[in-house]
Amino acid sequence: MGLEQYLLMRHELVLTLITLIILIAELCIKGDNSRKIRPFAIILFFIATVVGFLPLGEGSLFGGMFQTNGMILIMKNVLNIGVLIIFIQSYTWLGNEENKIKVSEFFLLMLSTLIGMDFMISSGDFLMFYIGLELATIPIASLAAYERTKTKSAEAGIKLILSSALSSGIMLYGISMLYGTTGSIYFSEVAKSLHSSNLQTLAFIFFFSGMAFKISIVPFHLWTADVYEGAPISVTSYLSVISKGAAVFIFVIMLFTVFRAMTAMWQDVLYITSVLTMTIGNLFAMRQKNLKRFLAFSSISQAGFIFLGMIGGNELGMTSVVYFMLIYIFSNLGAFGVVSAIANRTGKENRDDYDGLYLTNPKLSLLMMIALFSLAGIPPVAGFFGKFFLFTAAAKGGFYMLVLIGVLNTIISLYYYLLVVKAMFINKSETPIQYFKSDGYTRLGLIICFAGIVFTGLFSFVFEYIRVYAFGV
Amino acid sequence: MNILSLFVIIPLITMFSLMLTKGFKQARLVAAIGMGIQLIMAVVLVFMYLHERNTGNTQEMVFYDSSMWFPSLNITYTVGVDGIAVAMIMLTAIVVFAGIFASWDVQFLTKEFFISLILLASGVFGFFICLDLFTMFLFYEVAVIPMYLLIGLWGSGPKEYSAMKLTLMLMGGSALLLVGLLGIYFNSNPGGTQLTFNILSISKIVIPMSAQHLFFPLTFVGFGVLGAMFPLHTWSPDGHASAPTAVSMLHAGVLMKLGGYGCFRVAMFLMPQAAHEMGWIFLILTTISVVYGAFGAIAQKDLKYINAYSSVSHCGLVLFALLMMNKTTMDGAIIQMISHGLMTALFFALIGMIYGRTHTRLINEMGGLMKVIPFLAVVYVIAGLASLGLPGLSGFVAEMTIFVGSFQHPDIFHRICTITACASIVITAVYILRVVGILLFGPINNEHHLHLTDAKWYEKTSTVTLVLAIAGIGLAPLWLSNMIGDSLGPIMTQLSNAF
Repeated sequence: MGLEQYLLMRHELVLTLITLIILIAELCIKGDNSRKIRPFAIILFFIATVVGFLPLGEGSLFGGMFQTNGMILIMKNVLNIGVLIIFIQSYTWLGNEENKIKVSEFFLLMLSTLIGMDFMISSGDFLMFYIGLELATIPIASLAAYERTKTKSAEAGIKLILSSALSSGIMLYGISMLYGTTGSIYFSEVAKSLHSSNLQTLAFIFFFSGMAFKISIVPFHLWTADVYEGAPISVTSYLSVISKGAAVFIFVIMLFTVFRAMTAMWQDVLYITSVLTMTIGNLFAMRQKNLKRFLAFSSISQAGFIFLGMIGGNELGMTSVVYFMLIYIFSNLGAFGVVSAIANRTGKENRDDYDGLYLTNPKLSLLMMIALFSLAGIPPVAGFFGKFFLFTAAAKGGFYMLVLIGVLNTIISLYYYLLVVKAMFINKSETPIQYFKSDGYTRLGLIICFAGIVFTGLFSFVFEYIRVYAFGV
Repeated sequence: MNILSLFVIIPLITMFSLMLTKGFKQARLVAAIGMGIQLIMAVVLVFMYLHERNTGNTQEMVFYDSSMWFPSLNITYTVGVDGIAVAMIMLTAIVVFAGIFASWDVQFLTKEFFISLILLASGVFGFFICLDLFTMFLFYEVAVIPMYLLIGLWGSGPKEYSAMKLTLMLMGGSALLLVGLLGIYFNSNPGGTQLTFNILSISKIVIPMSAQHLFFPLTFVGFGVLGAMFPLHTWSPDGHASAPTAVSMLHAGVLMKLGGYGCFRVAMFLMPQAAHEMGWIFLILTTISVVYGAFGAIAQKDLKYINAYSSVSHCGLVLFALLMMNKTTMDGAIIQMISHGLMTALFFALIGMIYGRTHTRLINEMGGLMKVIPFLAVVYVIAGLASLGLPGLSGFVAEMTIFVGSFQHPDIFHRICTITACASIVITAVYILRVVGILLFGPINNEHHLHLTDAKWYEKTSTVTLVLAIAGIGLAPLWLSNMIGDSLGPIMTQLSNAF
């Protein structure tokens, strides 16, 4: 195996390198190291993101345990973009007095989860997949408990780790059944031997449950709201876009390759769960007053929409899932960015606190509105294109009824997104949030999101670029 | 660049310029200039279109231009207009122009008001110029969503409730529409060629009947919601009553026409067989709309509600005429769209102006306004007469054409529908004359109303523009009728081939 073959693991290697550099840098920097580490880490990660976009061939390593191709590369890059935005957005929050002593830990843990996710997406067998999955899960649990002086944060951490452990257990049980019936843990071998026997169906259901937990699909969603509310906003946004995105990516790859032979079966499972997820997520989101919980439930319902793209099993579906995730990253991080900017400044995160925000902070309100419209799928912002292509993919598979249910659910979701818009623009308040000027990093993060929301849809080359590498069942 | 794209670009430029303005005076000036240019462009377009036709251009759509947007799905940005679209663009330009002047004294967040209003207008213009289902749908939603803020922020009465109701119901309509459009898209290649969203290409093929049965109702109802088809009209009275003047004008005058236009350009044009087979269901519903709306208007006391219900009735007549499916009624339907667009805009403008003076919209609290605000009162009478179909004004031309066409159907079902719908003419006269009688004549029963001032220059600009257009169509209908008639050819061929 030549040295250049190791370059196929470029993303993972670069990330590991950065993690080590940050670790060493923390030892070397004297005094108040938080001021220096934050920009240093962001710049390093920016370089890693740019390096990720350099062209790279496809191939596999370690006897097929690790594989990569154009699509996987795009997926990793999408995740990198999301993490970069989160790093920029959390800059201010990390500067708070109580966080100063553990700044580098934040970056280290985030980066290790990202390495785990990259390995997971690139995995070629269930062992590598599982290792990646665990590496992506355990650090995030400690991140959820990052604000250790707050009870809710600690609660979020323990809830996340316990329910993760349970779901991993269930998933492992499913994987063991797959191994038992096929005699292999390599994806390519398993795919050949699958023939929808009862035990294999059961194995898939167990495996699916574990994945559904990560993507927070109903009925495996109950941890989401509490963890999202308790965790710091940066971690919440990380959980709701990056963790979810990585799980969606590997799930779509596995459905289309490993479980190819069981397509008819998993289409049924996806059908039922996506209807449940969209509807229940929406119904719960409607009643939330706390914006973090609100975004948590809305992100549950968004996960249901993602299944609409997968269910057709066509290459258009894969394109639209990746494309939607990219747009979802911009939109959701835009919304979380505004919530976090306001929470950092005033500590307020309820919907009622946003009454009359437009009159005092017009730019933030506009960005929030655009982000919410993008989540709801209103043109001309990108969310419309993302949702439209998901629906197109499902319709291509002939699932018109599901599309109708999906579109009606977007109308329900529009209702609660409009409630926030109403609070900001229409409601009057005696004590509105006063005008404030955000610092440069917060603004930079929001501007990236804004640009992403506006331009990803209108310029078709993003979609076409993803489309080139997509494949179907 | 294609001249049609300018109709989207000018509003966009106006919106960006509005963002740079300071103070309400600058904002309204910029908005007026932008939409003034748009109106001039619309007039130019009409003459260019007529010139093309006179010089022997017999293409289905003139100024046709197409550029690829999403190649892998064959989504294009395709523009092109026929006489009908040109007439609708002209209507929109007139109503928007009048709307800007009718909201000349909006002083609360003026800039945002005009930006939302012009965003709405750009959606409408985009819808009328596009020939690609995807872009049409996109512009359709762009036209709907600003309504929420426009009603919620600048409206009156139970505005938050109405705004939410209107937005959700219209978006619900677009939900059905989306499924319908996707259904059309995936059935647009019977020969195994590439799928397409292009209306002209789809009209050349016959969509399989099983698909038509499924997607015709979805598409028709989807557009029908916006066209206030019974029983999905309930957003309209609440929405119009709560909306600020210019928004009511634009919404009743133009946005509801998107429904009628879409019904025939997409649903009936692309799926004529299903239109023939299933049209009767919708014909019954629209007949109910026509009569129910008119009766509803009689029972109301609030001026805006009266006009909103009358819009339900008149827009019902548009769909009714379309579903009669012969050349005369189709012609009438388009003229009715334009005529109703103009006169309902005029009504709402006047109601806004009267409300701004008397601070009430309940007709039994007002009286004898003819004595104190003669200009507005006279214009109100003109609008009323146009609405009840007095010869010489646009309403007459439209209703006459529609009913003459409807009577050409000899069978009993169409006869019953026609006669029922004809009854609305009488009912319309009842509610119009009742309002005119109570509101404008008789004694002044409120002493505060003795000192009202008559219309200001901008109010005159707004109303006179609309009155001129109404009288213009009424006096010289053939001009418009010819322009529409030529363009009805393709759809009539489609419908007659479907038998």
